Amino acid sequence: MKTTFSLLGGIAATLLTIAMLLTAGWVRPPIHGEQTGFRGTGQQQLISAQNLRILQAANALPEPIDKASSSGERATEAYKNVQVLTDLSTEEFNRVMIAITQWVSPDQGCAYCHNTENLADDGLYTKIVARRMLQMNRHINAAYTSHVADTGVTCYTCHRGQPVPSNIWFENPGAPHAGGMSAHNYGFGHPSKSNGATGLPVDPFKPHLLGDETIRVEGKQALPALSGASIQQTEQSFSLMIHMSEALGVNCAYCHNTRNFGGWEESKPQRVVAWHGLAMLRELNANYLDPLKPVYPSNRLGPLGDSPKANCATCHQGAPKPLLGQSMAKDFPELGGKPAP
Amino acid sequence: MAMLSFERKYRVRGGTLIGGDLFDFWVGPFYVGFFGVTTFIFATLGTTLIIWSAALGPTWNIWQINIAPPDIKYGLALAPLREGGLWQIITICAVGSFVSWALREVEICRKLGMGYHVPVAFGFAIFAYVSLVVIRPMLLGAWGYGFPYGIISHLDWVSNTGYQYLHFHYNPAHMIAVSFFFATCFALSLHGALVLSATNPPAGESVKSPEYEDTFFRDAVGYSIGTLGIHRLGLFLALAAVFWSAVCIIISGPLWTRGWPEWWNWWLNLPIWR
Repeated sequence: MKTTFSLLGGIAATLLTIAMLLTAGWVRPPIHGEQTGFRGTGQQQLISAQNLRILQAANALPEPIDKASSSGERATEAYKNVQVLTDLSTEEFNRVMIAITQWVSPDQGCAYCHNTENLADDGLYTKIVARRMLQMNRHINAAYTSHVADTGVTCYTCHRGQPVPSNIWFENPGAPHAGGMSAHNYGFGHPSKSNGATGLPVDPFKPHLLGDETIRVEGKQALPALSGASIQQTEQSFSLMIHMSEALGVNCAYCHNTRNFGGWEESKPQRVVAWHGLAMLRELNANYLDPLKPVYPSNRLGPLGDSPKANCATCHQGAPKPLLGQSMAKDFPELGGKPAP
Repeated sequence: MAMLSFERKYRVRGGTLIGGDLFDFWVGPFYVGFFGVTTFIFATLGTTLIIWSAALGPTWNIWQINIAPPDIKYGLALAPLREGGLWQIITICAVGSFVSWALREVEICRKLGMGYHVPVAFGFAIFAYVSLVVIRPMLLGAWGYGFPYGIISHLDWVSNTGYQYLHFHYNPAHMIAVSFFFATCFALSLHGALVLSATNPPAGESVKSPEYEDTFFRDAVGYSIGTLGIHRLGLFLALAAVFWSAVCIIISGPLWTRGWPEWWNWWLNLPIWR
């Protein structure tokens, strides 16, 4: 009996050790390090050479699309029902259509959004969504240079050849619970992608990226007064910060000096850029993405019936700057991109 | 220093590892030996360089003095003295004096015909320090990954380096190390309390024998590890704590660059419940 148990225990331990060694995702030197603070402060970004190659490959740019002349016949003259791209020439308009097909629906083609019998028809919901996305794209490039700088964004920043971007979020009701007088864990203790596999709340997005709940919950004095942030608010903030780290593939020290998280005076300039990014997401989710709810068929909606929304990962996809800072928008004045100086 | 009347007879010649009889003598209570001399040289040079580095810095505030390693751009090469080069030489002096001290302990053990438990145990502490300022920086490819010498500055380094992995408490080796540190304190407190309870009887009563100590624990928890066993256990717990501390920082960076919480996905992804 004792031998049997020892044997079983030994086998279980060996299997677990093998699983831990082979499936955890260990890396090995060489490690690529970037110093982001004064020497010896431990402010570094680390990535293995192998993972850096993978990241660079994942962020390779798609084939460029030939430029179009902005003069000549206007798109509004040539086509019916042009509502957003009214300032473009026919050539530019067609270039945008080619780009969208290549970036968003390469397999599905024009028919993903258009009724091929009548291209002006608004019958397909995807066309309504695409039109709003074009407005959003131009709005970002025009109004949020504080976040996207002159690099700008295009459809490809989020879509990467897929009709639905791979990083979107829905309101998350959390795991089912018994109800009644049983304890409710309020979304805690369920490791998932959104909370970076921690036990932090599973939905930091609704309060912070749709709502505008306070993120800076840190006490400003020793033994802070009782009126400070609650544990729940604090962990929501932590969860959001973990999401930002994971979305950008960086650690806390990319923006913060962790000896004083809340202090702007010791933070990096990147923290200001991130702050504008949060403001941008709140506006995009509230004004562009959330209101599309009635347009979508039910299979595109979340478990609570809300529309897909954006967070940091939607554009960044694991890179400190989307597409590692390579600008596609500079070649797309049609989408509000600014030409390279 | 007070010396007991019988102490002198343990001052036996020989047992040196290096230098033969050359430094085989005592200064006051201290055995010197070749490694006593090298300890003295490294420690004096290192301390002097620390004072020099502090003098180059902006403050003499003991909390804020900061002797930082070089920028990462210098890789594993030598850096200019004022930009981390002094940190490099101080590190060499520190390792030199720590290792010298351990070897001096070995020589004393050899003189006395004792086991090498004390120098081996000290060797674990040296290993922990060397892990931080030599092994991990070499694996990462730059001396700049070492920690700075300064009371507050090294704490800031610990903070930022911990947050490089988002939540360091999820580091499995850190978990094991912390558990061993707690267990060490627990074992030492039980042991200390037990010995004092047996050896401090009320006035007029005699000191209790180890049988009392064993009986106490047999009554309380059904088992006593014994008088020798508790010291084996204590040494094991303490060395395991130090060993796993060294492991937890060596794997952070060279073998893992993302948040430590994610590491546990291997458990969540086990085929049993994936």
